[in-house]
Amino acid sequence: MPVTLIRKLALLVYRNRYRNEMDEEMAFHREQVERELRDKGISEENARYAAACQFGNETLLREQSEQIVAFPVETVFQDLHFAFRQLRRNPGFALAAVLILALGFGMSVTIFGFFDAALLRPIPYPHPDRLVAVHEVTSQLPSSGISRLDYDDWKRRNTTLSSLDVWSYSSHLLRHGETSERVSTALASSGFFRTLGVQPILGRNFLPGEDLPGSANVVILTYATWQKRFAGRADAVGQSVNLGDENYTIIGILPEDSVFAPRGNGEFWMPLRGDECEKYRECRDLLGVGRLRDGVTITQAQADLKRVASQLESQYPESNRGQSAGVQLLSESFVGDYRSILLTLLGGAGLLLLIACINVASLLLVRSESRRREMAVRGALGATRLRLVRQLVTEGALLAVAGCVLGIGITAGAMPLLVKQVPTQMAGGMPFLHKVGLNAHTALFASAVALLAVLLLSFLPALRLVSVNLRDELSAGGRSVAGRLWQRMGTNLVVLELMVAVILLAGAGLLVKSFYRLLHVDTGFDTSHLVTAMIQAPGGRYTTNQQTMVLYHEIEERLSALPGVVSVGLTSDLPIQCNCNTDRIRIPGRTYSGEHNEIVARAVSPAYMATLKTTLLRGRMITEADNLPGPMTVVINESLAKKYFPAEDPIGKKIGDLDLSADSIREVVGVISDVHESSLEEAVWPAEYSSIHRTVNMGFDVAVRTAGEEEAILPEVVHTLHQIDPSLGVFHEMTMQDWIATKPTVVLHRASAWLIGGFAAMSLVLSIVGLYGVIAYAVSQRTREIGVRIALGATLGSVYALVMKQAIVLTATGLLLGLLCVGAASLLLRKLLSGVLFSVDAWDIPTLFVVMVVLGVAAFLASFLPAHRAASVNPTEALRSE
Amino acid sequence: MYIFMSKKSDLLPGTLDMLILKTLARGPLHGYGIAHSIKRISDDVLTVEEGSLYPALQRLLLAEWVKAEWKMTDTNRRARFYTLTKAGKKRLGLEISQFEQMITAISRVLAAPEEV
Repeated sequence: MPVTLIRKLALLVYRNRYRNEMDEEMAFHREQVERELRDKGISEENARYAAACQFGNETLLREQSEQIVAFPVETVFQDLHFAFRQLRRNPGFALAAVLILALGFGMSVTIFGFFDAALLRPIPYPHPDRLVAVHEVTSQLPSSGISRLDYDDWKRRNTTLSSLDVWSYSSHLLRHGETSERVSTALASSGFFRTLGVQPILGRNFLPGEDLPGSANVVILTYATWQKRFAGRADAVGQSVNLGDENYTIIGILPEDSVFAPRGNGEFWMPLRGDECEKYRECRDLLGVGRLRDGVTITQAQADLKRVASQLESQYPESNRGQSAGVQLLSESFVGDYRSILLTLLGGAGLLLLIACINVASLLLVRSESRRREMAVRGALGATRLRLVRQLVTEGALLAVAGCVLGIGITAGAMPLLVKQVPTQMAGGMPFLHKVGLNAHTALFASAVALLAVLLLSFLPALRLVSVNLRDELSAGGRSVAGRLWQRMGTNLVVLELMVAVILLAGAGLLVKSFYRLLHVDTGFDTSHLVTAMIQAPGGRYTTNQQTMVLYHEIEERLSALPGVVSVGLTSDLPIQCNCNTDRIRIPGRTYSGEHNEIVARAVSPAYMATLKTTLLRGRMITEADNLPGPMTVVINESLAKKYFPAEDPIGKKIGDLDLSADSIREVVGVISDVHESSLEEAVWPAEYSSIHRTVNMGFDVAVRTAGEEEAILPEVVHTLHQIDPSLGVFHEMTMQDWIATKPTVVLHRASAWLIGGFAAMSLVLSIVGLYGVIAYAVSQRTREIGVRIALGATLGSVYALVMKQAIVLTATGLLLGLLCVGAASLLLRKLLSGVLFSVDAWDIPTLFVVMVVLGVAAFLASFLPAHRAASVNPTEALRSE
Repeated sequence: MYIFMSKKSDLLPGTLDMLILKTLARGPLHGYGIAHSIKRISDDVLTVEEGSLYPALQRLLLAEWVKAEWKMTDTNRRARFYTLTKAGKKRLGLEISQFEQMITAISRVLAAPEEV
């Protein structure tokens, strides 16, 4: 009814006048009743009393009238207003509660943001559930590359994929006149983008046949490259770029959101060009992407490709023995290492949120204990029980909402901060980082969590109010059974807090230990005072052994001449990288039955070993003599010596390729202790080191040992290399320490150790404060009893025991439950945890022991303080106080 | 016998509004006057409790069946007087006829012979 609405609105505006008039009207009414009674001959005092009785609760009466004209929401505002006043009166409590909640909430939403972007969002291609990653599998490698010839056969013979394409990592020198820049590129079979379902936003896709030898040089740009190098101009298509001394015509631009995560850094995509490697079945450097036919499952596709692989195995036993096939969802291959870390972090953040909520809930419970009398008085003054409950709900909700709003603020700050922690090199492979932020998904998650927090925090104290008799509460100090019950409830919450703290602390302990172990892996060389840079030489200028030899020598000489440089070495691949660039070997004179003897092969300069400060165990290092034409020589690492020459002196022994062809036979001249060529978390493989001067390496790395501060010399190194030849591509120049620190494993480990460590520290503080609160409250409630005990001759020791006993029981229960949870997690989540932890078992006794000691000592201190206070109770005062 | 018009269940619904409107039909009155008048005319059988009277008056005001203005009483005190509006008069007629229909119906039920 609009008229009614207008009148209501008018009354809302003139609410004060309305109230005054109502008061006056009531007062008049009461006077009239009084007068009526007086006229009947009742004394003035009695008349007033009788009138008041008849009139009843005036406040309630006025409220009832007001409810008719008021809007229902107005009382909500009243509750809110009152809640604000309550919280302002107790700012310490309010601030603590809001901060605790905000931290728990903020961190949870932040981590969820990453989790969502990485794991929940589909990869940016149509029908992502039909896209699979295809690779070869050997007993040694769960996922290895595919050779071109194997790929051609797989493509022809499979019946489960509607299309199968391959791509590979590559890099080129992009020429800018005299200078050049090394750029990350990728090669792909012509149907690659069609299989993904990506259509260039400008220009065209590769055409079928464009990946055959002899076709024109064409290149497709990623969106980021187009923006960066061509300022997003439409006429970029059709222009030509010089890559590796060849001109390529730009034929297309990829859409912005189609970044192919495994090659997220790749700037240029070119068709495969039928290079030397593609002629051999043994040369496996391609990775497959396929689309499942309708109705085909991954398992079926896997079986199908395995069938093809085994056909090839019997057809080409020389090259394909033991080569099988593996198929997994493309999206899963994208996520890879991040899944377990993100799941762990999400779990940690969830636990932190849980402990924060429990902590604030128990704070609220304790407060509702001390507000029993206030509630009773308000009830007596005419507040209905519903209204009182609503008041508590409003207060809890207000805290929860304030915490969540502040938490969103924390999230908004923490998300970009965490994204920035990812090294650029690594971020390229994580295109999902762009999607981390406050978006619809995170908002939905945040709302759901906030709702839960509001429900928990508002209804827990309210439940307590519903369960007790208000009138009992009025009687001073009334400790009813219900009071005990709720006290016990607060107590149980502390056990829960301690339990969660054990889990988080154990997790943090394991991660820190694992991180420590990772950083203290024996690398086999001195990582300090060492700078490294990667070099790519232009193919046109350095084609013969003679040419590269001159270049290598000049680099070593010029860099050695720099002030502060101790020595300079060159290698085909820097250590702490991968068990890649491997060779299969045979030992001449031994029976061979086709087993995979895969070893890491490195080509190094004579000074390289000394530059790394590796230890020579037997024989000699690579020397200048090994550079000259003649019989090949190699230095092997300890692992190779132990595996292939376990009971004999390897010096003088020969190693050859699978055919034992004459020019492959090399003689072992020395044994060095293992250098960690593989990435830190991987095992060290057998390795051989030959002279870099014997082969033509377009891409090689330089290691420079310095006498002092290594950081300062980096620009000098780059400058000198460009002086030698401005067309050299120099990249990834950094100190060895940085090289290690920016490795994905190290970055992920550091991030999770810090985050979980932070969560654990917070949970430790929260649970200990919670325990302290419960024990201190119990002591304050029992002051009188303790006074009586002391008066009756109880010793100090027995008072301590009385208080501490409760603390010990609580702590022991909490720790035990926590241990059980950790045990269950280490059993049930073994797979997840092994993806996160490096060389630490999930059930690591020393770590758990330390956690128990830390929590135990903290709990002891938290309960000793109240116990001490209880023991110093003055019995006379205690007895008088109530 | 007292009938407290305090809870809705004590009287037939809407009866209090009707009684107030009827009382005001005889001239403007303040709240106490209305309660007093109903009590007196009903020979102390109907007692209007303040807790029901004032909310009811607010309801009637909102519906514009009565209007209120501050006036002086005989004893020279300021009081809020309620006056029946035209709409209120119409409403009263409606409520009375409805009430009578109900009374008739109830009487019929009560007058029906009991079966033994």
